[in-house]
Amino acid sequence: MGKAVKSKGVSYFIDSLWYNNATFSMVLGICSALAVTTNLLNALVMGISVTVVLIISSMAISLMRNIIPERVRIITFMLIISTFVIMVDFILKIYLPPVSKALGPYVGLIITNCILMGRAEAFAIKQPPYYSFMDSLGSGIGYTLSIMVLAAVRELLGAGSLFGVQVLGDSWDGWGLIMIPSGAFFVLGFYIMFANMIQRRFINRKITG
Amino acid sequence: MKTLILIFFASVLTNNIALTYFLGMCPFIAISKNTKAASGMGMAVTYVMVITAIVNYTIYTFVLIPMGLEYLAFLIFIIVIAGIVQVLEMLVERFFPVLYTSFGIFLPLITVNCAILGLSLFMILRDYSFLQMIFYSLGSGLGWWLAIAAMAGLRRMLMLSEPLASLGDAGITVILAGFMALSFFGFSGILPA
Repeated sequence: MGKAVKSKGVSYFIDSLWYNNATFSMVLGICSALAVTTNLLNALVMGISVTVVLIISSMAISLMRNIIPERVRIITFMLIISTFVIMVDFILKIYLPPVSKALGPYVGLIITNCILMGRAEAFAIKQPPYYSFMDSLGSGIGYTLSIMVLAAVRELLGAGSLFGVQVLGDSWDGWGLIMIPSGAFFVLGFYIMFANMIQRRFINRKITG
Repeated sequence: MKTLILIFFASVLTNNIALTYFLGMCPFIAISKNTKAASGMGMAVTYVMVITAIVNYTIYTFVLIPMGLEYLAFLIFIIVIAGIVQVLEMLVERFFPVLYTSFGIFLPLITVNCAILGLSLFMILRDYSFLQMIFYSLGSGLGWWLAIAAMAGLRRMLMLSEPLASLGDAGITVILAGFMALSFFGFSGILPA
């Protein structure tokens, strides 16, 4: 593998990890980002599942990019993605039954997660497998980190714990608002705001420096 | 009868599919800029939801369960949804040109709307009977419509104000959705638990 190919791959990785981060830059795939972030463990499992499905399906689509007819590409993407989602669902059911129960229908909803369709349509259908791999790895890790941040804030403020371990002590009553659905919207809104603030500063510095 | 009415009102108000289960969030944020488009999308979602729920329910109970193929549910459901959306688009365009201009253009977007697939998955998780399923899907569709139309109305007001620049268009919409979810949460008093 040439050096140019490698560095281009790395730049795709960073691009989709930060500048085009699905959660705060493009606001995609937030159904699950809102629903599974009541505790860190669920968020971690969900993030890993999405990343795995994203990587495998992107590479599969990228390998088949020359033989998928353009008119039926959307349904082809869906069939490829749902096949891998069924596999992930089985693995979760067997090895992590409590988490699988808590995630409920949101595992199945990975199929319609806009991130997967978006990466397939915008990237994997046009690029060779190695670039698709780096791109989907970046998107997947970006998504996982985003929902981990949301889940950490919600679990810490709502239940006073992290990964189920009490950290704020018994005196912390738990902030009920954060745990109900509207709390999820508020936390996500402020998360988008802070991420945009950091990103602006980052970009400004790059231009002036 | 009473349970049917309860299921209907619960799915419209207290367990609103957009504001409590966060389904269909991508179009909820992307298409709620304009009231007319939002309403058209809501109408399309309601139609597709009821039709796909009926077809998916029938296939699941009469084909997948007797053959022991429940694990194929995701795959079958998504094929059914994509197929129905395609057929519906053609039929509406051919026979109801007026309706087509009001919501037909949103039909292709609906295949990837997670509210539709989510509804089918919730329906089998909760073991609804046929009638319950009809009321549930109709209520969920109307609830989604109500939520996106209300959001579009709120965002019209937003044009007159200047939210923080870093919040961006999406950020302020998410915060607004939070307040809306809070007010819908208040409806929980009207239904017995």
